[in-house]
Amino acid sequence: MPAKIDARGLSCPQPVLMVMTKIKELGSGEIEVLVDNDVSRENVRRAAEKQGWTVAELKREAEEYRLLLRH
Amino acid sequence: MSIPHWGSDVDSRGCEKLERRYRKNHIDESVKPIYSPASSQTLGRGHLREGGLETKKNFFAGTAGIVLAGSVIGVVAALLQKLGNPGNMGICVACFERDVAGGLGLHRADLVQNLRPEILGFVLGAFVAALSFGEFKPRSGSAPMARFLLGMCAMIGALVFLGCPWRTLLRLAGGDGNALFGLLGLVAGVGIGTIFFRGGYNLGRTSRQNMGLGLLMPLVVVGLLVLRLAYPPIPNEPKSGILFYSLKGPGSQYAPLLISSIAGFAVGMVAQRSRFCTMGALRDLILFRHWHLFLGFSALLILAWLTDIVLGQFHPGFANQPVAHTESFWNFAGMLVAGLAFALAGGCPGRQLFMSGEGDGDAAIFVFGMIAGAAVAHNFGLASSPAGIGPNGVAAVGATLAVCLYIGFTNLRRSEK
Repeated sequence: MPAKIDARGLSCPQPVLMVMTKIKELGSGEIEVLVDNDVSRENVRRAAEKQGWTVAELKREAEEYRLLLRH
Repeated sequence: MSIPHWGSDVDSRGCEKLERRYRKNHIDESVKPIYSPASSQTLGRGHLREGGLETKKNFFAGTAGIVLAGSVIGVVAALLQKLGNPGNMGICVACFERDVAGGLGLHRADLVQNLRPEILGFVLGAFVAALSFGEFKPRSGSAPMARFLLGMCAMIGALVFLGCPWRTLLRLAGGDGNALFGLLGLVAGVGIGTIFFRGGYNLGRTSRQNMGLGLLMPLVVVGLLVLRLAYPPIPNEPKSGILFYSLKGPGSQYAPLLISSIAGFAVGMVAQRSRFCTMGALRDLILFRHWHLFLGFSALLILAWLTDIVLGQFHPGFANQPVAHTESFWNFAGMLVAGLAFALAGGCPGRQLFMSGEGDGDAAIFVFGMIAGAAVAHNFGLASSPAGIGPNGVAAVGATLAVCLYIGFTNLRRSEK
């Protein structure tokens, strides 16, 4: 099961901060991130890729995005 | 061959269509057998595949886009100065919101009264861009009172320095050495903000609102535009209908209405698409060592500087710089407060305007806080002038710093760290 981060309703830097904290904590594995705007989606993707993670999956559900980060 | 899967909650026809397109574009059946989805792939025709889902490609979200956005703002600002806007103040969000406050008569400092069309253009440009690209999302409800007060503090700090982060760069680009202290203060303020972020600071989650509420800010701005058109400046008259216009000083210096409006609208569109934010540039660099936004920040400075040189607007020095004072410590301290307030509120004054155009009611509250802060700053002698800081400027810096720290310390939510 991937670690989960619910960043809906939060604006940057919170979503990125939450993801970076989790990335440092896990080192590798999977993280599922929920965001509800395009800016957070772009920022989370950019931050994860900078750490060597990839967006393995991205789902759009109504007004939200679910990103699966993998390393 | 494995295909990235979509959940059962996604429309199945959409899945099949995406899968077919995916196979057509990306799967070389001769290559076996492991598919490792790239994090992002360009499909052409303005689309991008991220983690298997095709999304609209946003050119401005990339490196070239943010550099272009900063460049556009730098060049446009310098050109607006040539066309009539005040020196080193082609586009100063704080100064122009202060002028808007004066134009509406919320303060009576007769040198700084003008309902600036650039500010209106920023919101409407961002609104149209957000609407066009499906990013208009009505939302609000995240600590509105705190955001209003942070807006006030930001404006008061900015008026002690005499400029927002945008003008800090424009002043530097024009050769104003005093702005170096403002820049240092801005870095220090944002730096303090990042300490709060590391401690778990945030103002809480927003919630979705209905379209009617999301349209409030753009509608207010349309109303202001109607007022500006109905009551244009009249030569040698300090008032036109209900609007106030400066006859001398920075408020009396402005580029033609149509040019200012188009420039503001264009900057609003570009900045909305690129997420341009001067505070975010410093915050991301300090907090994450991310350079993305800082590239736009740097582009603004460099392009404004080059344009100033070409236009003969570069005059290096400290004394007699346009709309600036030489009290270095207070230049530093004013921008420290402003930088901290922008950081705690999540965006520089420009970004707050753009977000308000995207339907963010909390950003709109911050904008109105800034306008109220401008009124307070001029009514209570907090704002500086070229002669130096205002009679109550020192107290203003102390009080606004205390307010920012109070909001910072009382919103440390370690559970969401």
